[in-house]
Amino acid sequence: MTCKAEHYIIGETAWCPGCGNFAIREALAGALAEHCLESHQVLLVSGIGQAAKIPHYIRVNGFNGLHGRALSPAVGARVANHNLKVIVESGDGDSYGEGGNHFIHNIRRNPDIAHFVHDNQVYGLTKGQASPTSDPGMVTGVQVEGVTVSPLNPLSLALVMGAGFVARCFSGEKEHLKETMKEAINFSGYALIDILQPCPSFNKVNTRGWYKKRVYFPEIEDPRDWSAAMDLSRQWGEQIPLGIFYNNPHRTFEESRAALEGEPLSFRPFDPQEMSGLQEEFL
Amino acid sequence: MEINILIGGAAGQGMETIMNLLGKTLVREGFGLIYTKDYMSRVRGGHNFSRLRIAPGTPWSTVESVDILVALNEETYNLHRDNLTPSGRVIYDPQLFSIPENENRGIPVELQKLAEEAGGKVMANTVAVGALLVLIGLETPTVEELLKDTFAGKEGVAGKNITALKAGYDAAARFCSACFDLPPKNEDGKKLFIDGNQVLGMAAMSSGCRFLSAYPMTPSTGIMNYLAGKSPDYPVIVEQAEDEIAAINMALGASYTGVRSMTCTSGGGFSLMVEGVSLAGMIETPIVVVVAMRPGPATGLPTRTEQADLEFILHSGHGEFPRAVLSATSHEDAFYRLNKAFELADRYQTPIFFLSDQNFADTHRSVEPYDFSRLGYNRQLAEEGSLEKPYQRYRITDNGISPRALPGQFENEVVLVDSDEHDEKGNIIEDAATRRAMVEKRMRKLDSLAEEMDEPDLYGDPHPEVLLIGWGSTYGVIREAVDALIALGTKTAMLHFSDLWPLPQKRLRSLLAEVENSYCVENNAGGQLSALIRRESGLSIGGLILKYDGRPFLSREIVEEVQDDL
Repeated sequence: MTCKAEHYIIGETAWCPGCGNFAIREALAGALAEHCLESHQVLLVSGIGQAAKIPHYIRVNGFNGLHGRALSPAVGARVANHNLKVIVESGDGDSYGEGGNHFIHNIRRNPDIAHFVHDNQVYGLTKGQASPTSDPGMVTGVQVEGVTVSPLNPLSLALVMGAGFVARCFSGEKEHLKETMKEAINFSGYALIDILQPCPSFNKVNTRGWYKKRVYFPEIEDPRDWSAAMDLSRQWGEQIPLGIFYNNPHRTFEESRAALEGEPLSFRPFDPQEMSGLQEEFL
Repeated sequence: MEINILIGGAAGQGMETIMNLLGKTLVREGFGLIYTKDYMSRVRGGHNFSRLRIAPGTPWSTVESVDILVALNEETYNLHRDNLTPSGRVIYDPQLFSIPENENRGIPVELQKLAEEAGGKVMANTVAVGALLVLIGLETPTVEELLKDTFAGKEGVAGKNITALKAGYDAAARFCSACFDLPPKNEDGKKLFIDGNQVLGMAAMSSGCRFLSAYPMTPSTGIMNYLAGKSPDYPVIVEQAEDEIAAINMALGASYTGVRSMTCTSGGGFSLMVEGVSLAGMIETPIVVVVAMRPGPATGLPTRTEQADLEFILHSGHGEFPRAVLSATSHEDAFYRLNKAFELADRYQTPIFFLSDQNFADTHRSVEPYDFSRLGYNRQLAEEGSLEKPYQRYRITDNGISPRALPGQFENEVVLVDSDEHDEKGNIIEDAATRRAMVEKRMRKLDSLAEEMDEPDLYGDPHPEVLLIGWGSTYGVIREAVDALIALGTKTAMLHFSDLWPLPQKRLRSLLAEVENSYCVENNAGGQLSALIRRESGLSIGGLILKYDGRPFLSREIVEEVQDDL
């Protein structure tokens, strides 16, 4: 095949004009093309939400599962066929709210999965309620007195839990996003990119302009410096840093399982009759 | 001619060690037996006990009467002394408590002291096994051999245990040697000594299950332990999930990508899985879900038994989609039936449930070795020659089953599944015509799935006046009740369901037309099978024999209820 970004872009989207999802999709297509990954070699897993519709708009294998549950089938997929490049892509509500428990525990598990979170700090598909990352004070139809709970900081949480690859991007910095995605896809282990994106329909606070004014690219001297990464992850407000804050691989889920060496489990032959020795221990 | 042994004590005193050693010894010697556990949801203390029944052939259930009571504490003696048969004997440690002289049935064996002399208090259980052996007139070599196998590579430990065994044997021999008659041995070759969870674990391994994701929950955890124990040597991955939601979703991801996958849990854990069950139905991805039932609601009685989740399983998951529900009736059958569950899951691309319960999961029996040539491994995947390109995961077909390809299986073909309603390609749709076509496609699978269901097992009098209808793990105890009623002069038969949904009805319809007195025998309070039969067939079962105290039926109880009613 020819490794062109256009090859991956399909479908008529259900996204609003001006949505950050378009740029994220283009960056993803670009990253896949520049790695020259063929459609059948890639699996895109998502949950539910506007961002989670992306398996319909990128031509690779797709598992558009349940709200909040994208990481779980992605791990199962890695067990069954570790030759597949597995990417999880979903929104902030899906990844950090409904799926919060899976987020925490899969960082511990460290499967070789790239997790791209479309973080627009608001719920889109249910029309404008607060998300786990909404800034305090944001008024919505449900949070009528403004958001009163503290926002979840996904990057700090990921670092504390021991994630090996932690990055923040912005949909308005598409080239940087694409390059970061390429690194995350090639990273051995769980790689998180929290992607800031505007929601022109429902987030009237964190607009494209709001982000544009604040994001900057800090000098990151040593991506293995956890404390420096932690400091960056905590910067929010007038200045919002972008980049790969932390990049320090460690033993993956797959590497720790002997059964996953060699041919993917899915394609190994099996004959029940060869298992009859199993009953010897009961004799 | 049978011997009933009860061993009781506090949790942590090692009743299991004794029973496993004794049970395996007896099976190796050729005796048929059943061994059941009654235990509390705690790690230390309380009152736990196990029953072992040695009887001609292979007994199907245990009974209340006790010939030999091994009382590891005084509470055990007090709780079970009234069940001792007139010639019953009690093995106890006189250093812990005493029993009145005039009872004249005590066999005092200083379990702890003799164990310490042999090399450690931990071997008190081995001392007890020695004492038991002499009472039933068995010599020690088979146990010695087993101890050497168990502690292979640790000759010192094996040697000390053998010393402890012989000390117990000699101590008890002073009171009673071969004072119980063993039944005749089975002469038809070697038997397995295996519990229900091990049967299911081995069946899953032998069906090519390569991924089990689960969250530990009694009484299903034994399945997890079994597969995990094999994972260093076989291509199988066991993953302990952070919760049951993750467990079923992981299994679905693995199944979609190509391996036979399973999860196991009990009612409470299954409650968390139902969202995933619905997903499996929608994305048409095979999965086997083993639910080992225990009494609910909520946490209920965690270590006890019940059959109260049939209705729940039948209706679990929002929306409409095809499913099959099978159950574990006996150790003999369950091995092949769980394989059938995997075969059906692959053939129909939909969730298949396998119902077990604590009574089945924790019960050991002596059974014939299994015939592995009866197991199937038919993945029903699309093949290169017949693949229509571009591949469409949900192609509409006459029988509703779409050709299933795996991600990465075919060059440049992609596999898209979606929990939203979708078209043949797997893309989200909302139009009415496609929705209708997809609902009908999925539900069409039920027609041929129904044909796969086995009719219930029929046993007993060919022209019965009493018919006992059951399902799942009560097979053995109902069968013994049938035998007992026939012996008492009541023409009785049983109809026992292994496959529950889609409900097979042929045999049921023909029998119910002839039999005057029919009863559903169920370990629940609502008579769930009875209700299912009525709903599906319009037929009413005459009576209900129900038990919902968390304990398995005794055959005596079934016999008495029938006699009272007639």
